[in-house]
Amino acid sequence: MTNTEIFGKVQAIIADQLDKAPELVTLTTNFKDDLEADSLDVFEIINEIEDQFDISIDTDEQINTVQDLVAFIAKA
Amino acid sequence: MRIIQTAAAVPPQRVTNSDLAALMPTTDAWITSRTGIRTRHVATTQTNYDLALAVATQLLATSDYTAADLDFILVATMSPDYQTPGVANRVQGALGAVNALACDLNAACAGFVYGLEVAAGQLARGAQAGLVIGSEVLSSLLDWTDRSTAVLFGDGAAGVLVTAAGPAPLSRLRSFGQDAMQLTAGGRTNHSPFAQTPALAPAFAMNGRAVYHFATTTVADEVLALLATAGLAPTAVDGYYVHQANVRIIQSLAKRLGVAPERLPHNLAEYGNTSAASVPLLLHDARMSGRLTDGQQIILCGFGGGLNVAAMLLTT
Repeated sequence: MTNTEIFGKVQAIIADQLDKAPELVTLTTNFKDDLEADSLDVFEIINEIEDQFDISIDTDEQINTVQDLVAFIAKA
Repeated sequence: MRIIQTAAAVPPQRVTNSDLAALMPTTDAWITSRTGIRTRHVATTQTNYDLALAVATQLLATSDYTAADLDFILVATMSPDYQTPGVANRVQGALGAVNALACDLNAACAGFVYGLEVAAGQLARGAQAGLVIGSEVLSSLLDWTDRSTAVLFGDGAAGVLVTAAGPAPLSRLRSFGQDAMQLTAGGRTNHSPFAQTPALAPAFAMNGRAVYHFATTTVADEVLALLATAGLAPTAVDGYYVHQANVRIIQSLAKRLGVAPERLPHNLAEYGNTSAASVPLLLHDARMSGRLTDGQQIILCGFGGGLNVAAMLLTT
């Protein structure tokens, strides 16, 4: 899967979870600063990502931006 | 094992989200949307023992059993008044339940279902009846300036009277000690003049992501594993009475189990997270409202500190 494909899927998941327009979600988007997501929102997004990509994201992993997520999925 | 009676006792003092907003930087809207909790009951003059005894007294008063008929009294708690005697022992003494064994059991938020497991073992080996109670005064373990934890918990007690009638329950209990320190509360300080150990944090603290991940994925997997052992489809269960930690965890569990959210009743809007008391408090509310009736197949599931999870399938 290319990074662009990963981003498309991640963007849809985040927009759906946070009930935001997909175009608000870009690679540089910070969950807390730009999308007003709290830690619980981020946990839910990570759970959904784990399910849809069939990967496991360590609970110590620092996930602050969309880029962090896409990079993690790309190397998973 | 059959649950023949339920009872609950919560302190009368209700603390609303707005009351908390006066104590710490938080809002009613934030707490409600993030947790589903609107109020919690908090002990003022009541001890853990007072709450547990009120439950035990009700259980006997509303059944045909007397104190002398009880073979065991088990109190699940992570917030006992004393390290010893156990809350259960004082309840036994107050009731005059001279034939009962009594002890406290600490498996944090999974404690009540762990207690039922011990009860099932006793009943399988000749015991006829006993009490299993979850009782907590968590307000004594909180840092009341920490808005990330203080808003989540409440005090209360609830329990059941179980008898040897009916089939043994099917259960699945698991513990994950490698993650034990992800959730801590009640750390004690050794005041011995010889002690060189550091003081352990007394207030409740947790790694949110690790605990959330455990609660939504591992817990769902364990319940599904229990159902697979029983040869039951998730939709065949009449109700899932799960620990009341956060309404979003409960919704996530419904999704992962593949059942309608209505199958997982919740009452945390009123009580918050009451740890070992949450599952029996939910059972009692459901019985009082008529939702829980005889002949239902239900799953009870506690999960939390330890990290522990316990799921039990039984027929009411």
